Amino acid sequence: MKKQSSMLLAAAMLLSLTACASSGAKSESTASEKAAGGSAKWKIGAEGPLSGGAAVYGNAVANGAELAVKEINEKGGINGYQIEFKKADDEHDQEKAVNAFNSLKDWGMQVLVGPTTSAPTIAVGSEAEADNLFVLTPTGSAVECTAPKNVFRVCFSDPAQGTKSAQYIGEHKLGKKVGVLYDSSDVYSSGIRDAFVEEAKKQGIELTEDQQFTADSNKDFSTQLQKLRDAGADLVFLPFYYTEAALVLKQANTMGYKPIFFGCDGMDGLLDVENFDSSLAEGLMLLTPYSADAEDERTKNFVKSYEAQYGDTPIQFAADAYDAVYAIKAAAEKEDLKPSLSVSEIGDGLEKGMTEIQLDGLTGSGMRWSAEGDVDKEPKAVRVENGSYVSAE
Amino acid sequence: MMSFFSYLLNGISLGAVYAIIALGYTMVYGIAKMLNFAHGDILMLGAYTAFIAFNSLGLPIPASALLAVIVCTLTGILTERIAYKPLRGANSLAVLITAIGVSYLLQNLALLIFGANPKSFQSFIPIKPLHLAGGALTIPGETIATILTGLIVAAGLLLFVHRTKAGQAMLAVSEDKGAATLMGVNVNATIAMTFAIGSALAAVAGILLCSAYPSLTPTTGAMPGIKAFVAAVLGGIGSIPGAFLGGVILGILENLSKAYISSKLSDAIVFSVLILVLLVKPSGILGKKITEKV
Amino acid sequence: MNGNGRRKKIFQSDMASYAMILAAYLAAELFLRSGAAGSLFKGLLVPLCIYSIMALSLNLVVGISGELSLGHAGFMCIGAFSSASFSMLMKGQGLPNGLCLFLAIVIGALSAAVFGFLIGIPVLRLKGDYLAIVTLAFGEIIKNLINALYFGVDERGAHFSLKDGAALKLAGGGRIIIKGAQGITGTPKLSNFTVGIILLLLSLFLVLRLMNSRTGRAIAAVRDNRIAAESIGLDAARLKLLAFTISAAIAGAAGVLYAHNLSSLQALPKNFGYNQSIMILVFVVLGGIGNMRGSVIAAVLLTLLPELLRSLNDYRMLIYAVVLILMMLFTSSPSFLSFRRELLLRLRGRGKDGREVS
Repeated sequence: MKKQSSMLLAAAMLLSLTACASSGAKSESTASEKAAGGSAKWKIGAEGPLSGGAAVYGNAVANGAELAVKEINEKGGINGYQIEFKKADDEHDQEKAVNAFNSLKDWGMQVLVGPTTSAPTIAVGSEAEADNLFVLTPTGSAVECTAPKNVFRVCFSDPAQGTKSAQYIGEHKLGKKVGVLYDSSDVYSSGIRDAFVEEAKKQGIELTEDQQFTADSNKDFSTQLQKLRDAGADLVFLPFYYTEAALVLKQANTMGYKPIFFGCDGMDGLLDVENFDSSLAEGLMLLTPYSADAEDERTKNFVKSYEAQYGDTPIQFAADAYDAVYAIKAAAEKEDLKPSLSVSEIGDGLEKGMTEIQLDGLTGSGMRWSAEGDVDKEPKAVRVENGSYVSAE
Repeated sequence: MMSFFSYLLNGISLGAVYAIIALGYTMVYGIAKMLNFAHGDILMLGAYTAFIAFNSLGLPIPASALLAVIVCTLTGILTERIAYKPLRGANSLAVLITAIGVSYLLQNLALLIFGANPKSFQSFIPIKPLHLAGGALTIPGETIATILTGLIVAAGLLLFVHRTKAGQAMLAVSEDKGAATLMGVNVNATIAMTFAIGSALAAVAGILLCSAYPSLTPTTGAMPGIKAFVAAVLGGIGSIPGAFLGGVILGILENLSKAYISSKLSDAIVFSVLILVLLVKPSGILGKKITEKV
Repeated sequence: MNGNGRRKKIFQSDMASYAMILAAYLAAELFLRSGAAGSLFKGLLVPLCIYSIMALSLNLVVGISGELSLGHAGFMCIGAFSSASFSMLMKGQGLPNGLCLFLAIVIGALSAAVFGFLIGIPVLRLKGDYLAIVTLAFGEIIKNLINALYFGVDERGAHFSLKDGAALKLAGGGRIIIKGAQGITGTPKLSNFTVGIILLLLSLFLVLRLMNSRTGRAIAAVRDNRIAAESIGLDAARLKLLAFTISAAIAGAAGVLYAHNLSSLQALPKNFGYNQSIMILVFVVLGGIGNMRGSVIAAVLLTLLPELLRSLNDYRMLIYAVVLILMMLFTSSPSFLSFRRELLLRLRGRGKDGREVS
C-alpha cells in the first residue's frame, strides 16, 4: 500500500518537474527570440503579496501598475512600443519572492515594478543585480533595498520618514511628551521607529514611552495605550499601517485617551476602509506624500479610473506603483530605449535615465532620483478634519 | 494599583474573546479528536456573512447574526462531510492536514470574494462602555457581552452534553467510538452534529471578535484561532469550563506581560507560561488525567 | 519473513532512495547544462533540497519516535540565524567560500542541536497533541525572540540587546549583524544545488542509519509500546531525546542552506512561523509517516505545486488548497485506498481474491 502511494507520488513529481522545466524552456526561447529583435513590446512585471495577510498591499501595487500600463498603452506606449504586463505573487516571503521574480524572468520580463515589501525587495534585488535587470520598487522602504545599483524606489526610505516625522514634530512643537507605539516584528515599522527615536533626541523631544506589538498580537492595544496614557504622552507616534491603526484609534477612543496621533505614509488608507467611523480619526496627523482625496487633477483622475476598474479607493501603495510605471516611461524616453535591447542594456539605460528625469506624479511633484536609487520629494503634513485630510501647514 | 486593575480588565476583555473561540475548538476536539485548524477561518466567514448581511443587505442585527450562524453551520457540516469524514479510520494526522487545506481554501475564497482590503466591522453590541473610578477604568460593552455570551454558551454546552440524549451520545463517541456504535449511537451523525455546533459557535465568536476588534480581513481568524487553540490546551482540551478559563487566563497573561515585562516579548512570555503549565500539569489546568493502560 | 530477508529488503529500499536522489541530481544537472532550463527551475533547486531535508528531519521525529512536532521551523530559524551571523562576521576576512559554508553548516547544525537538546529534555515528557502544542509554542518563542534580538560587534567584542540597535552601544567601526525585525541583510550567497544534494544525501544517510540501527529499533519499540519497551530496560526518554536532537541538527543544516540562498534573512511568520512547521508536517504525512523516500517526493511535489499554478493568477492558492485536500483524501482515505487497491488488482487481472499488496 505504501509502495503504491509513493509510486503515485513519484509519478506526480516527475510530471510536475517536467512541466516546470518545459514551461521555463518554452518562455526562455520566446524571450531569446524577442531579444533577437523580433520584439515590439515592453515586458513589465510587478510582484507583491497577492495572497495571505499582506495581500492588500501587493494587490494595490499590482493594480496601480496595471492601471498605469493601460493608460500608457492607450496613449501609444513607451517610445511607440506597447507594454505587456504580468503580476506575480510573492506571499510576503523572501524565497517566494525570488521564485516569483524567476517566473517573471522566464516570461521575458525586462523591467520589474516591485516587490512590494522590504524583505522580498532585498532578496530580489541581489538576484536582479546579476542580470542587471532594472528594479523599481514602489514601496520597498528599508535602507538596504536600494543597495544594488539596479534598484531604485518611489517611496521614502524608512529612516527618512522617521527623521522627517521627528523634525516636523520638533519644529512645530506638537507634543511636550511623545510616546511611540510600533510593530517590533515588522521591518518597515521598526526601521522608522529607530530613526525617529534618534532624531527626536536631537530635536530635544522628550520621549516618554516606547511601546511595541507584534504581528502575532495585533488586535489588542489597550495595555500599550494605557501605559502611554499613564506616562502622560500627549502625542503618540504610530509608524505602521492603517489596518492596525484603525484598531488603535478605536481602543483609544473607548478608553477616552485623546492625544495627538501622528502617523506615516502607511497610515494613509484609513479613511477609505469600508464602513470606517471617521470620527475616530479626527485630529489624526500624518506625513504622507499622497492622499486619495487630494484636489489636483492628476489624483482625481487616478482615483476615478482606479475605482472604476477595481472597486476600491486606491491606497498609497497603488499610487507609488502607478508613479513607478510613469517613472520608467520617462526614463526610457529620456534615453530613447527600445524593447529590442537586451535586459542589461535596458537596465543601464534606465539607471542613467532615472537620475536625469524629473517626475510630477501622484506621490510628489518634481521627484528626482539620486544614483543610489533614492527619491527626493517632500511629504505633506495633513490633519484629519471632518473625515477628510486638510493641510496641516 | 489602579493601573493594575485596568491591565487586568484589558486582559479579561481580550481573554473573553479567546474563551468563546476556544469553546468551539474544544468541543470539536473533545468529540472528533482532531485539531480543527480551519476553525479560525469558519469564524472569519461568519464575520463576513454578518458584515454583508448588515451593511449590504440591510438586515437588522439579530437577523444578520442568525444568517451568519446558519452559513457557518452549513459550512461546518459540509467540510466535515467532504474533507474529514472520508478520512475517519485513517491516521489522525491526515485529518489535520485536510483541515489545513480547508483553512487555506476558506482564506483564499474570502480573498477572491471580499477582496484584500480590510473592512471596518460595525459593532453588533448595543451596550455602552462602562466607566469606573472616574474614567480610569473602562469596560467596553463588547467585553460585557462577550463574557455573558461565553458563560451562557459554556453553561448551555454543559447542560446539553450532560442532560440530553444527543449530548450523552457525544460523550459516548468521545470516550469510545466502537463501544458507542455497539450501543446504537449513530457515530457519523453525532460527529456531524458536533461540527455543526462548533461552527455555529465560531459564527458567534466571529461576530463578537469583530465587534471588539473591528478590522475584518480574510486572515482575521488565523491568529485568534491559534491563540484560542493554545487557550483550549491551557485549560485542558476537551473540557468546556477549561476552555473558558484557559481563554481568560491567556488574555490576562498576555496583557500583564505587556504591562510589566515587555510588550515586544509578550508572545514569548505567554507561550513560556503555557509550556510551564503543561510540564507541571500535562493535560492542562482542568484537563482529565490520562492514565496509561498496559 | 526472516531477519536476513528483512534486512535485505531494507537495504534495497535504502539504495533505491539514494539512487532516486542521485538520478534526480544528474537529470537536473544535465538539463541545466543543456541550457534549456528556465530561471524558475534554476531558482527552485536549492529550496527543493531545503524542504526535502526538512521533511526528512521531521519524519525522524514523527515517523520513528512517533512524536508530533509543530515547531520544526524554529530549529531551521536557529540554524539560519546562527550560521548567517557567522558568515557575516567572516565576510571580508579572506576565508574561502567553501570553508566558510562548511563551517556555517557545522555551526548552524550544532546550535540547532543544542536547542533541540535543551527543548527536548522537558518537552519529550509530554505526549500526543500536548507535545505538539508545546513544540509549536517553542517555535513561536524562537521567532519572537529572534525578532527582538539585536546583535553587533565592535573591537571590544560582541554585544546583545533585546531593546534596539542603539542600546548595543557599539564603538565607532562596530557593525550590527542582527538588527531585530530587520534581520540580517547581505548574507553571502554560498548555497548551491550540489551542496544541497550532498546535504540531502547526508541527512538521508543519517536518518536511515539511525532508523535501521539497534538504537532506531529501540526508539520504534518505545513508540509502539513505551511501557513494554521500558520493562525490557530501554531508556525511552534518552532515546527519544537522541532522535529529537539529531532531527533538530538536520533542520538547522537546512536553515543554513536557506540563509545562504537569499541575501535577506528575516524571521517572518511565513518562513519560520508555525505555518512553515505545519507545511513540513504536510510533506511528512503526504509522503507517508516513516517513509523517508516518500517525504522527499512529497516535499518536492508540494514545493513545486504553487509555482506550477502561477499561471492561474488569482485562483492559484485556491486551487492549491483544493489539490492539497484531494491529495490527502486520495492517499489516506480508507475507502479510496480499498477502491484503488481493487482497481489495481483488476487491472492486473488477478480478480478480487488476489492477495493484498502491503
